[in-house]
Amino acid sequence: MKNNGYKGWLYLLPAILFLGAFMVYPLIDVFVYSFEEGYNSASQSFFGTGLYNYRYVLRDEYFLQALKNTFLLVVITVPLSTLFALLISVALNSIKKLRDLFQTIYFLPYVTNTLAVGLVFMILFKKTAYTDGLVNLVINFFGSPSVDFIEGPYWAKMFVLCFYTIWVVLPFKILILTSALASVRQDFYNAARLDATPKWRVFTRITLPMISPQLFYLIITGFIGAFKAYSDAVAIFGTDLNAAGMNTIVGYVYDMLYGNSGGWPSYASAAAIILFAIVLTITCINLLVSRKHVYYV
Amino acid sequence: MQTVKDSSARSRVGKTLVYLFLAVWALLVLFPFYWMLLTSLKSYAAYNSEYIPRFFTAAPTLQNYADAFTAVPLGKYFLNTVIFTLITTAVMLLVTVLAAFAFSRLEFRGKDLVFTFFLALMMIPSELVVITNFQTITNAGLRNTFTGLILPSVTSVFYIYLLKENFEQIPDELYRAAKVDGTSDFHYLTRVMIPICRPTIITVTILKVIECWNSFVWPRLITDDANYFLVSNGIQAIRENGFGRENIPAMMAAVVVISVPLIVLFLLFRNKIMAGVSRGGTKG
Repeated sequence: MKNNGYKGWLYLLPAILFLGAFMVYPLIDVFVYSFEEGYNSASQSFFGTGLYNYRYVLRDEYFLQALKNTFLLVVITVPLSTLFALLISVALNSIKKLRDLFQTIYFLPYVTNTLAVGLVFMILFKKTAYTDGLVNLVINFFGSPSVDFIEGPYWAKMFVLCFYTIWVVLPFKILILTSALASVRQDFYNAARLDATPKWRVFTRITLPMISPQLFYLIITGFIGAFKAYSDAVAIFGTDLNAAGMNTIVGYVYDMLYGNSGGWPSYASAAAIILFAIVLTITCINLLVSRKHVYYV
Repeated sequence: MQTVKDSSARSRVGKTLVYLFLAVWALLVLFPFYWMLLTSLKSYAAYNSEYIPRFFTAAPTLQNYADAFTAVPLGKYFLNTVIFTLITTAVMLLVTVLAAFAFSRLEFRGKDLVFTFFLALMMIPSELVVITNFQTITNAGLRNTFTGLILPSVTSVFYIYLLKENFEQIPDELYRAAKVDGTSDFHYLTRVMIPICRPTIITVTILKVIECWNSFVWPRLITDDANYFLVSNGIQAIRENGFGRENIPAMMAAVVVISVPLIVLFLLFRNKIMAGVSRGGTKG
């Protein structure tokens, strides 16, 4: 089979061309851009090489706002969604009737268009001249005044964003955890039953350790996904996220690149690399922690 | 005896609570879907006269759907997305199958090295490469073209990996037997390997279709001509200046039209999609 040495490369050629042009080259180029100070698409020129772009981005108040929003979103949605997914999966795993139906329903948000369904959330929460919106009517029912969730106070906007994000990410987490729970070996439970071990103890001593690899996988991918949040915010607040004060880091990158404030690929690159550094650091910390707590059977 | 009765009563209460909890969450998941369908069937006047929104409508109308296709070019967005999804998925499949075949079946120098390199590329977030791709496509004058939309959306290292793993499960004996019969490599790939691995190929196809249908960021960067908008960008345009800001029923009709294809696809291929996603999809 020596003679097909070149053949292997031939079959690989399309993949290598695509990956080379749209992944490897851009990956190198993004670092180049990030050191070309103040490169502008319109003039196609820059005024020096160095760390100026990073300094600029880190002092830009829009970036700091985006950083704050993103961190809040991560800190709120990752633990809440993971915990909630665990709760739902355990409940799902304990029933037989209707389980398929529930699973199918819970998975629906995964296959929907984030932008489209975000609009539904917007009108449910939005206060207009015609109506305060369904959510506000519920709030009024409990005796509190209406809140403008879309254009009102910061905490209200953050609440909607977190709520929608959790709604969007839960299907994946529930799917992974239910299949993890279903694959825990039944003899462990049988042994525990013989010993009359209390339910809570069974959960913390058998179930949790057995599904810990999937749980940590979800936490790691959850962190990465939440740090890259963007579409959910656009879906609810529109494309001008800076004006809404709800921009995310990824949103900042795209706004720098394109749109009304766009045309600055070097600032965008610096911001993207800062984001990548943050994600990498958090992922490494996660992996270090998980090595202590995850049981691989 | 007393304790047994107690515990069975307790577990019945527990079961009921579990079902209640699951049902409440199911309602929360379904409610936005119900609400968009309901709102899309209300007439403009009826919707705006309801200070307290009603949970049903006595006089459903399809006028909003007609508006969605006539007042804004929803049909155009829809068609664009179909074209984009079909071509991107087809090219992706071709590239992926060929690469997976090379990695799993052919011998050549540097194979392991290249494969390791491919795996390393899986860690690269798209946000890092999108900046240069934007510049590349813009400088090549491919803004507002299907070529510009499709080219950077094709590659998926993960699918190459997934398919390679699957190809490798086919026993070597088949390959040797085919070689003895004088079958060429390409024939072996199309006549033996692809049919055997059809389930994985279908899974990969469906996952890519979902990804294409929902893609938003790249199309938003590369198109500003509404003739080339995909549905995600179309709905964003509709929201910002489509029917006038207040015509929410028509907006919801557009949302329903955009959401239906994937929901139908999901209901048809439920098990395949869920199995595929748990092996390789991530969202959030």
